[in-house]
Amino acid sequence: MALKTPVYMDHAATTPCDPRVVEAMLPFFTTTFGNPGSRNHSFGWDAEAGVDRARGQVASLLGADEKEIIFTSGATESNNLAIRGAAAMYEKKPAGQTGRGHIITSLIEHKAVLDPVKRLQKEGFDATFLEPGPDGLITADMVRHALRDDTILVSIMWANNEIGTINDIPPIGALCHEKGILFHTDATQWAGKMPVHVERDNVDLLSMSGHKIYGPKGVGALYVRRRKPRVRLTPLVDGGGQERGFRSGTLNVTGIVGLGKACEIAQAEMDHDAHRLLELRTRLEKGVTARLDSCQVNGHPTKRLPHIANISFGFVEGEGLMMAVKEIACSSGSACTSASLEPSYVLKALDLSDELAHSSLRLSLGKWTTAEQVDYAIEKIVAAVRKLREMSPLYDMHKEGIDLSKVEWGHH
Amino acid sequence: MAYGPKIIDHYEHPRNVGNFGTTSDVKSRKDIGVGLVGAPECGDVMQLQIKVGPDGTIEDAKFKTFGCGSAIASSSLATEWLKGKTLDQAEQIKNTMIVEELSLPPVKIHCSVLAEDAIRAAIEDYKHKNGVPSTRAAASPP
Repeated sequence: MALKTPVYMDHAATTPCDPRVVEAMLPFFTTTFGNPGSRNHSFGWDAEAGVDRARGQVASLLGADEKEIIFTSGATESNNLAIRGAAAMYEKKPAGQTGRGHIITSLIEHKAVLDPVKRLQKEGFDATFLEPGPDGLITADMVRHALRDDTILVSIMWANNEIGTINDIPPIGALCHEKGILFHTDATQWAGKMPVHVERDNVDLLSMSGHKIYGPKGVGALYVRRRKPRVRLTPLVDGGGQERGFRSGTLNVTGIVGLGKACEIAQAEMDHDAHRLLELRTRLEKGVTARLDSCQVNGHPTKRLPHIANISFGFVEGEGLMMAVKEIACSSGSACTSASLEPSYVLKALDLSDELAHSSLRLSLGKWTTAEQVDYAIEKIVAAVRKLREMSPLYDMHKEGIDLSKVEWGHH
Repeated sequence: MAYGPKIIDHYEHPRNVGNFGTTSDVKSRKDIGVGLVGAPECGDVMQLQIKVGPDGTIEDAKFKTFGCGSAIASSSLATEWLKGKTLDQAEQIKNTMIVEELSLPPVKIHCSVLAEDAIRAAIEDYKHKNGVPSTRAAASPP
């Protein structure tokens, strides 16, 4: 059977909705359309029942209590609510002053964590942005060394979206609990793919998203711990007091039902999927690196998500490479694919040389990726890299034994 | 990024890819001018080589480029335009002409600037090797 192209290998960006999720959502558009806030008729009660079931499904996936789940519009909102909400609630000095408290996060966080923290810096908070090691990991020791007496919040992502590296979340959480500091983790790439148990993993606040786990876009959740400690947050949105006052606004019932169903399926199937995806990812990484010189798989060799491969190809440029593999839908850390013309800040933080940071592909596999698609991708990538190296003056210089770091390049 | 058909054509069928020998070979040849511009950290490096005949016209041109689709297309187009031109004519090639011909999107204008720089650098290299005074230097006030 002929392979259908383009092949989708960008599941870290978003995933297709599972048909079972769509099926669960459908009645809530037309039949069970009520507002869960309507307390005095069955339309409202039925919608509320759907939301309650979803809350249970999300809580079960995370090892949490239903009362600890706040529905949001997605992981970006969850991150903002966790970080800005906690900062405002636990600040040491009132707004308008400096020294309001210290926040620890890392350089490789998603912009939805970095930018709220940077805004808080402007508003009088201090922040430390931890640098990962060359393997891309943030460890409990790194956090320990950054702790201060006035640290109020630590926010470290569970797994990185570009390179898939997995941080030491349970020990970081244990350290924070020992010191009585709140711990938030952006688990957008982790929750629903890999096991979470908020008690065992010592997490106080956890952000997750629906559309990364075969659920709908525009919905996510924030886990907010209720016991030991009871976490309080200042809401970002005021109004009708929904979601225990943490997040006002009529609930996105269809989205919430979809998120719940996606969590239920994830919980049942994640072990099987993770095992299969790891095999496919290994096949992809080995298939490419065995046939090309001067390329490397980025991030820690084993502490990486099973579905994300980030590979740098020396002497070719990422956007040019993406054009040459147009049958594969993937993403690149290349400057040219971003509006800012800057290479990936995550790859830069790994201490990767610039020519390698410019030449990376992120291939992220999913539930329906096949071995046949992986083999096809290997063929296309190898052929494209070879073609572009034929055209690359840097590859010629490399083969002639010229050290590119010693060349005096003209700068613009 | 959605590219126009001319960029795609040059990218998929680049003209005149190659060189006239290894780095040390071309360095010692007086009929070859080499322009190497850009930097790996900026994501673009262009190498343009021109082979100049005894009558001062560019007989052949070759390029190799590390860069995005627009950078490859800009240098491919440059080699096409250079062939058959005298050095004086070649110096008249401006980046805006490349932008227009390829319909480069605004964020890719720097690729055409780099191609113009590569043309200038190759011509300067040829002139330097052959003891011809640089037009750039002559044009600037004393």
